[in-house]
Amino acid sequence: MLVFEKTSLAEEIELLVQKYGDDRSSLLKILQEIQKNHRYISEYAQQEVARQLRIHPVEVFSVVSFYAFLNSKPKGRNIVRLCRTISCDMKNKDAIVKAIERELGIKIGETTKDKKFTIEYANCVGLCDEGPAMVINERVYTKLTPEKAVQYLNSVK
Amino acid sequence: MRKTNGGRAPVSLKPHVIAKPEHPEYIGGSISIQINEKKLSVPMGTTILEACKDNNTHIPTLCHHDDLCIAGVCRVCVVEVEGMKNLQASCAFPITSPIKITTASPKVRKARKHVIDLLLSEHYGECYSCFRNNNCELQSLAKEYGVDHYNFGHIEKPRFEVDNSSFSVIRDMDKCVLCRRCVRTCIDLQEVGVLEAIDRGDETHIGTFFEKQLSDVICINCGQCINRCPTGALRANDPRDDIWAAIDDPNKHVVIQTAPSPRAAIGEEFGLEPGHSMTEELNTALRRIGFDKIFDTNFTADLTIMEEGTELLLRLYKALVEGDSSQKVPQFTSCSPGWVKYLEHFYPDYIDNLSTAKSPQQMFGAVIKTFYAQEEKVNPKDIVTVAVMPCSAKKFECNRPEMTDSGFKDVDYGLTTREMAQMIKESGIYLPELPKSKFDDPFGEASGAGLIFGATGGVMEAALRTVVELVTGKKVESIFENANIMPVRGFEGVKYVELPIEEVGPVPDILKAYFPNWDWLKGVTVKVAVAHGTANAKKVMEDIEAGGKFSECHFIEFMGCPGGCIGGGGQPIPTNTYIREKRAEAIYQEEAGLPIRKSHENPHVSYIYEKFLTEGPCSHLSHKLLHTSYTKRGEYIA
Amino acid sequence: METRKHDRKGEILFSKYTPGDAIKKAIELSREDILFEIKDSKLKGRGGAGFPVSTKWMLGAAAISEEKYVVCNADEGEPGTYKDRVLLYEYPELIFDGMVIAGYTIGAKKGIVYLRGEYEHILKPLQDYLEVMRKDNLLGERILGMKNFDFDIEIFMGSSAYVCGEETALIESLEGNRGEARNRPPYPVNTGFNGKPTSVNNVETLSCIPHIVLHGGKWYSKFGTEKSTGTKLFSVSGDCDNPDVYELQWGITINELLKLSGAHNTKAVQVGGASGMCIPKSQFDRKLAYEDLPTGGSIIVFDESRDMLGVLKNFMEFFVEESCGQCTPCRIGNRKLLEGVNMIENGEYTFSYLNKLKELGQTMQVSSKCGLGQSSPNSFISILENFKDEIFSYNNGGKNA
Repeated sequence: MLVFEKTSLAEEIELLVQKYGDDRSSLLKILQEIQKNHRYISEYAQQEVARQLRIHPVEVFSVVSFYAFLNSKPKGRNIVRLCRTISCDMKNKDAIVKAIERELGIKIGETTKDKKFTIEYANCVGLCDEGPAMVINERVYTKLTPEKAVQYLNSVK
Repeated sequence: MRKTNGGRAPVSLKPHVIAKPEHPEYIGGSISIQINEKKLSVPMGTTILEACKDNNTHIPTLCHHDDLCIAGVCRVCVVEVEGMKNLQASCAFPITSPIKITTASPKVRKARKHVIDLLLSEHYGECYSCFRNNNCELQSLAKEYGVDHYNFGHIEKPRFEVDNSSFSVIRDMDKCVLCRRCVRTCIDLQEVGVLEAIDRGDETHIGTFFEKQLSDVICINCGQCINRCPTGALRANDPRDDIWAAIDDPNKHVVIQTAPSPRAAIGEEFGLEPGHSMTEELNTALRRIGFDKIFDTNFTADLTIMEEGTELLLRLYKALVEGDSSQKVPQFTSCSPGWVKYLEHFYPDYIDNLSTAKSPQQMFGAVIKTFYAQEEKVNPKDIVTVAVMPCSAKKFECNRPEMTDSGFKDVDYGLTTREMAQMIKESGIYLPELPKSKFDDPFGEASGAGLIFGATGGVMEAALRTVVELVTGKKVESIFENANIMPVRGFEGVKYVELPIEEVGPVPDILKAYFPNWDWLKGVTVKVAVAHGTANAKKVMEDIEAGGKFSECHFIEFMGCPGGCIGGGGQPIPTNTYIREKRAEAIYQEEAGLPIRKSHENPHVSYIYEKFLTEGPCSHLSHKLLHTSYTKRGEYIA
Repeated sequence: METRKHDRKGEILFSKYTPGDAIKKAIELSREDILFEIKDSKLKGRGGAGFPVSTKWMLGAAAISEEKYVVCNADEGEPGTYKDRVLLYEYPELIFDGMVIAGYTIGAKKGIVYLRGEYEHILKPLQDYLEVMRKDNLLGERILGMKNFDFDIEIFMGSSAYVCGEETALIESLEGNRGEARNRPPYPVNTGFNGKPTSVNNVETLSCIPHIVLHGGKWYSKFGTEKSTGTKLFSVSGDCDNPDVYELQWGITINELLKLSGAHNTKAVQVGGASGMCIPKSQFDRKLAYEDLPTGGSIIVFDESRDMLGVLKNFMEFFVEESCGQCTPCRIGNRKLLEGVNMIENGEYTFSYLNKLKELGQTMQVSSKCGLGQSSPNSFISILENFKDEIFSYNNGGKNA
């Protein structure tokens, strides 16, 4: 990582700590915002958060590794999460997965070369009445068909 | 400035705080309960496990450890509480109402057996290829519950790579049972914070920051995690093979030094109760094993006192009299390599406060490969120096690149108490029954001051005995009965002592080159402190940063491990307060009977200053061989 | 998905309610009065555990502390449950008014909504609604001019972890830790968020409060059955024509619910989500009620075409991933159960080993540290028991064999 990137990240984290406070109970809020801005929380960012909250870096890493929506490794600009839990599964989510995998040329868990998309499975996203469902970043897409799912992907920048 | 943040453990991992009346006899202070058939009364807030222990009812445990806060994660200690549908973890259940406990019902027995079966199904490897064979808590549980086959299968391939990057601690996560004792030790007990639970679900494992190797993160090598690991998942980096090879090589002259703490604890490895010092039996064993010379680390502990004590006086003189602001006060002790690395990482701005004197282990190595080699006419390149230490960090210390002042690696191998015991066993020797024998000359005699280095407060006591006598010209016995400086002894986390110097004597010959007189110390109240375990060290450092009372101290003893060296990461397993107290008692008892109890009265110390370090303590040559420098490591993990 | 606000029909939660009304009524009552109304209503926690709400609130009110918290558990993660989503989207006034009343009754100044990460799409509308409440002085300082009654609500986002629906894991998460359940006792009502007394209530539970305050506990207790008073939201999904959230009185039978939701050729119904029980056709006359089939509201319908072993596999995969991983029975036990399912699939099982696994499941139920591990074996045990004819009928021993 370049020096200026580090500095700007440190400043960003400092602002977040100012915004949410430097108690440990601010940790998730700070991590969520870094995740949103960068789609992952780098090694440097995790250490910087730890330093500013006065906890150990491994504690931050431990927390990041626990929650499915926080990542330590770089992801695509858009994270596509397909629900794989029972009600969506019963509505033929496999066909959606295959369509997306074919379209993007990657498998679940992978990121496209241009870093535009990462596709992942999610556990029940609470859209069981409208499955199969997927969430792209924060937006939800329901009652998918293979064709519609791909259309939605294409509509994302 | 860094702020304090109190304990780091999540509330769930902390002992329960139950509002209790001050005395069990006050109303609400005690509760009547029933354990199996027995009715009894226990103080409010006692855990079921404690209540059962106090009443001779056995409950098996795994994640529970006396030194650590409650976790309640292994579920081995479950019991039945009448009226509750589910079983309760006895270690984590505080008694606050009259309850009826059943500790061995069919339901309980079955649940425990299942838990043990599950742990075994994930536990890779076999007992016979594990260093914890016969001293493994998982193995004991399996035995206790009569496990004779793997009920839920057994993992056939390793899931993790062994991390043997560290000079001190090796992690083999395939043997981990996720009791999290190491996490609680590292984060809570020591406040170092290297290990945590990573990932979740069945992927959960204990890991470091970004799964880096231990050598790449801020591990201080204290090895306290090893001491508390119930299985063989954590172990010290074992150099036995290399040492055997050196012993077997006729061209090598293998010299071993033994530190006081291993001698006070090694009996435990042979089934003795804690608290038996085996110093002279160990000498015999080492001779039988084939070491060429056996020396007492206490000799260089005495030398350390001379160097460090002189350094302290010089530092104070330069700072207080000459106004030299580059001289940092308080002076910190530097003989605990765990503490030194802790400071280098967490308080790098304070490395100038560390005494530059090497630890006794490293001084010994440097002296052996120079003075001793010269006197004995042995080529230093053929000398192999081994140090028996209570410590895993000593392995790292002897591998520090700067520790080569003799022109060679000053100390070749650090050997833990456990590994030493193993070598003795491999030689077919039962240590407790051996005849006693003395150390070898010329470094075979040491003072009691060197001996007590092993317990927290020992270095301070040794230093005070010498410094007080050198400065006041009076016997220390005239101030402290039998020269036992009781205020610095004991297991209190941080001790603080003030010692007014009312009169001063003449400057002794050995220090005349440095000081015209002691008048500048007359009327000064010497303030000293003692801290053991890095969590306590942290408290002192935070106070110093905030300009509190410890910043006014002249000299502070820091030990990386709880209890000092007797509780070191290389000591026999298990460890707890009782065991550490017994080991300390053994050391103080042995010391009380010694003829010489002050470092400056050790004739061998005088001899080395006459023959070799002729310009006295802190001179040019002693600086070259016996002093060192430190590295500002900082907290950033690259 | 679009925000729907169609005309839902229901006797209590989906009935007419003017935002703020219950708060206005509540502040005219004493805290004890409200506690008595709730006691009379016999309302039980709607998250699944069914703990009496009045007891929880009384303990909360009795706890001595300057700082107390009301937490709304909106970490709805049980497979097949989405009723809280509907409430959050369409009836936020019920939830927030319920929280304000809880704050008033317990003596808390701060409310926190723990909203699951998957529901971030609801965050903005909820925040907008809170702003409206602040403007109307239903939140903030001196609510409705009451001296000594300050209360505000913050929304805390989760980051996806099913286990955080367990109240102590939720509190750990709020504190910035891994969502790992705590040892209990002490309970959150004494030692909760940051060690302070904390009352954690489900979204639906809190939504009942305004109606109870407005109409009285006696009125509420007339709905439902003797032991399960009031109505319940059932989120129905799976093989039916009208998957939706239905507000129905406790005590309704599975059959009736299936009819309402337009289910045909139903073979099985999973009551209570992955951690619940799988009920075969022969038992469809059973009642949904605490005394018979308790549920947090998840109803998943399977028709004749469904492969029940596949269903079980989906559930067990869910638990293996979503276990927090701290206690042995849940961390390793769930994997052993999943391995058992795979063995059946591949025809590599023995009945004696499966019986061992069932016993293991029973141990998990009683010895796991929290509700997740205590309930995750439910579907394993009930599906293997209730659908053994189907599961063990493959010619070669297993479906993939």
